[in-house]
Amino acid sequence: MSESLPHCLLDLADDDYTIEDYQSAVPRWCVGCGDHGVLTAVQRLCRDERLPPEKTVFVSGIGCSSRFPHYLKTYGFHGLHGRALPVAQGIKIKRPDLHVFVIMGDGDCCSIGTAHWIHALRYNMNMTAIVLDNGIYGLTKKQASPTSPRGQISNTTPYGSRLDPLNPIDVTLGVGNASFVAQSVDWIPDLTHDIIQAGFRHKGFAFIRILQRCPEYMGHRYDDWVQHPERMLLLKHENGIHIGADLGRIYRNQQEHDPADRNRAREIAAVSDPIPVGILYRNERVPCYEDEQVPDTLNTPERVKSYLEAEFDKFTVEPPAAQATTRAGAPG
Amino acid sequence: MARTANDTLDLNVRPPAGRVRARPALVVDEHTVEIVSDSGEGAQKCGQSFGSIAARMGLGIWTVEIIPAEIQPPARSIEGASGNRIRLASRRVTNGGDEADLVVAFNDQVMLRRAREGELKPGGTVLLENKWKDHPDPAIAAMYRDAVEEMKRGGYDVREVPLEVECLKLVDDPHRGKNMFVLGMLCHIYSLDIDIARDQVAYIFRKKSDAVVQANHDLLQAGYAWAADHLDLHFKVPPSAMKEAQIVVNGNVAVGMGVVASGMEVCAMYPITPATSASHYLSEIFGNVGGVVHQAEDEIAACAFAIGASYAGKCAVTITSGPGFSLKQELLGLAVMAETPLVVVDVMRGGPSTGLPTKTEQSDLLFACFGGHGDAPKVVMAAADIEDCFYSVITARKIAETFNTVVVVLTDANLASAQQPFPRPRLDPAWHCPPFDQTPVPEGALPYDWDATTGIARRFIPGQPGGMHTLTGLAHNRKSCVAYDSAANVEGVRHRSLKLAALQKSLKAPTLHGAEEGDLLVVGWGSTRGAIEEAIDRLCAKGHRVASMHLKFIQPMAGGIREAMARFRQVITIENNWSDPPDTGLIDADNRRYSELATLLRARFLVDVDCWSEVKGQPLKPGTVERVVLQKLNAEETQP
Repeated sequence: MSESLPHCLLDLADDDYTIEDYQSAVPRWCVGCGDHGVLTAVQRLCRDERLPPEKTVFVSGIGCSSRFPHYLKTYGFHGLHGRALPVAQGIKIKRPDLHVFVIMGDGDCCSIGTAHWIHALRYNMNMTAIVLDNGIYGLTKKQASPTSPRGQISNTTPYGSRLDPLNPIDVTLGVGNASFVAQSVDWIPDLTHDIIQAGFRHKGFAFIRILQRCPEYMGHRYDDWVQHPERMLLLKHENGIHIGADLGRIYRNQQEHDPADRNRAREIAAVSDPIPVGILYRNERVPCYEDEQVPDTLNTPERVKSYLEAEFDKFTVEPPAAQATTRAGAPG
Repeated sequence: MARTANDTLDLNVRPPAGRVRARPALVVDEHTVEIVSDSGEGAQKCGQSFGSIAARMGLGIWTVEIIPAEIQPPARSIEGASGNRIRLASRRVTNGGDEADLVVAFNDQVMLRRAREGELKPGGTVLLENKWKDHPDPAIAAMYRDAVEEMKRGGYDVREVPLEVECLKLVDDPHRGKNMFVLGMLCHIYSLDIDIARDQVAYIFRKKSDAVVQANHDLLQAGYAWAADHLDLHFKVPPSAMKEAQIVVNGNVAVGMGVVASGMEVCAMYPITPATSASHYLSEIFGNVGGVVHQAEDEIAACAFAIGASYAGKCAVTITSGPGFSLKQELLGLAVMAETPLVVVDVMRGGPSTGLPTKTEQSDLLFACFGGHGDAPKVVMAAADIEDCFYSVITARKIAETFNTVVVVLTDANLASAQQPFPRPRLDPAWHCPPFDQTPVPEGALPYDWDATTGIARRFIPGQPGGMHTLTGLAHNRKSCVAYDSAANVEGVRHRSLKLAALQKSLKAPTLHGAEEGDLLVVGWGSTRGAIEEAIDRLCAKGHRVASMHLKFIQPMAGGIREAMARFRQVITIENNWSDPPDTGLIDADNRRYSELATLLRARFLVDVDCWSEVKGQPLKPGTVERVVLQKLNAEETQP
């Protein structure tokens, strides 16, 4: 006992992280970009949850938001446009010890990588996916995205977008396998933190859409909502998000919503004004793919050898030396 | 096994020994047999079993599947032929051989198909199901008569056999079971041991009830007896001199076994012909060694998943075929750029586009080498036979993890479904890569600290304290920070390229098969090795000064190739892909498209390498190679 005590103390000290432990390069997003606030919320989450930086992986696609991992002092995988989810699944499949986060933009998740989004919900692997949805392609300099509002002027829609936007929450709730669906906005960072925290603590695939301002190309899209807090609808529940007194004084438009109620969640999601914020749906009973698919057996050289030898036995033919001698005299 | 319970019955149905002895078997060095039917009639099972029985008796075998593209093509259709070709020999067999000596056809149309495609030896024997002769539909009866007439005019020895009538004596539905009757016939015709055949049948139906096994045993015995009583065809192919225990599997199973032996733990795939059966096999067994087969939502996701697993320290494989390989290209570029080890198996099929999904071709070579955008140096190697499918995967993983790069293993539809015995591997613990060193990264160590000589950098994986960095597909510096400046980009590209040179220095020079020097060198790669080498043997035996050289590594290419080519007056590649025949129509020296390996050899070695190739979707025949080589030799002689 006396020997283990200093060891314990050391561990306790090591587990205490500060925001600085998760800060890397200075973000190069535009001034006023909503990504900054989300980054801070995520760094707070890492600290609060005491995530060892070496055990934490942020996987992203391509786009403004996908620079996210570069600004964190954890492991990061800044891969291809649209392919963050399958990369993250591969990372997680045999590494349950890792905390895996996925950062995507609306182009990543809702356009080029849509198939992966739907199937990520189906796999329900234990990870937290955040879609930073600014409704526009920023990095490629202003093209309409699937979540751009109808009439959006952009370089590819100079006369205004002619399609109604896709509602990512609505779509996600439409996939029966979804186990955690939430929405937040970049201009309420405390709530964003709490929602990401709930998603992180959820066992399964947490899908969080964060509406996010792009000051460069969509400067005023959310002005009305930022300036009129009553146009935000805060979802609260004893099993959902608790809204503190300070926040509650600003955002008075609140509604009790039980995250177990999927039908009600769909009704809420279908309305875009006021903007609903909170946990729309949560189901802890959906099994995780990795728990179902990955065997308990360890891959060791000994195990491989003994198994393969048995497998070879099934397909082995012995040269009929013994038989040949007894049959040598047979007519032929 | 059900065997013991049925021993008594067994004796009752054994054919009268006297009749068998009455016709002594003709001893032959080799024979090639085909069994063709409509899809779903069991000809493939019959053929595979026949091959296995022969292999268990010590014969050299090579089996080739004859597969239609549809699950249920129209019955009795020319294009619907499904079945198996089995080449038996009293030596090790390395390819499917030339034309078949004997064909068992379940209907007249599938018989015609094989004859018209030139797959039957002139004067060869056909055992044809005769139930169509008196079919109530006069059109079918007429087709049958016309087909038999066409075959007889072609000089074939057509024997009309009452397969259905005989089977109906034992079972109600001859559709299920005719194949076992045929298996019995073939066992008699080729003097195969009926007890071994019974064991094999019991093994095939091991998951079925005793009654099913019994019924099939009865059919087997009945076929055996019928052939003994009614056919004067009786051959014996003496066993080969093989002393070692042999494994009999097809190339896709060998790939699967290689994945397990290499210690890989993750296979991510999406269904595609003809690659999928490798994943079927892995899905069945991988869990027993802690492995996972992930069937992804698409080819892209499969590749991304494999890269993710590899990045996290669990080297992964993705197994696909041409169209899927195309879809993965962007991700392969990422793996090259980020230096994440990855093994990709491309089981090549006829292309482009959906092409010939069930048939073999070697058209992905240049694509495998140069398919991606940007400068993306990958290792490309090709398996030459079934055994090589097993070992190539193990080698591929070693290279992938040593050089932190993408290794493409090319096999093809021919290897995927062909069976050939090869010496049972003696498992070596060194094949299983050691676990990743996850000790804390020393202060100041960089994630891309490229070695100036080899280009190799030590990799850090998640979980390793002190190694935190963000991997990126963007140009990056040694710290893995995005770097757009020229110097950083040049440094990265140069070091990634250097790794191929470093690997190249470790490769052994390919050996020559045949003459050490002389008139013509045939260069090949992939599954054509057996056919090419057999042709070279035949030609050398006739006194020609020819040789072949088979390349396992295409990118990088081993040393010694230039010197080998220099020892021959002419060099030609023989491949299963397209090349323009020289000097025909519009084709001249300025616009001729060369086959893929020839293109590479010409570019690298500045040697006037000729080529001959075909895209018939069929495995290359040794007889074809022989003819091509002789033509090339003769053409040279007639030149001034």
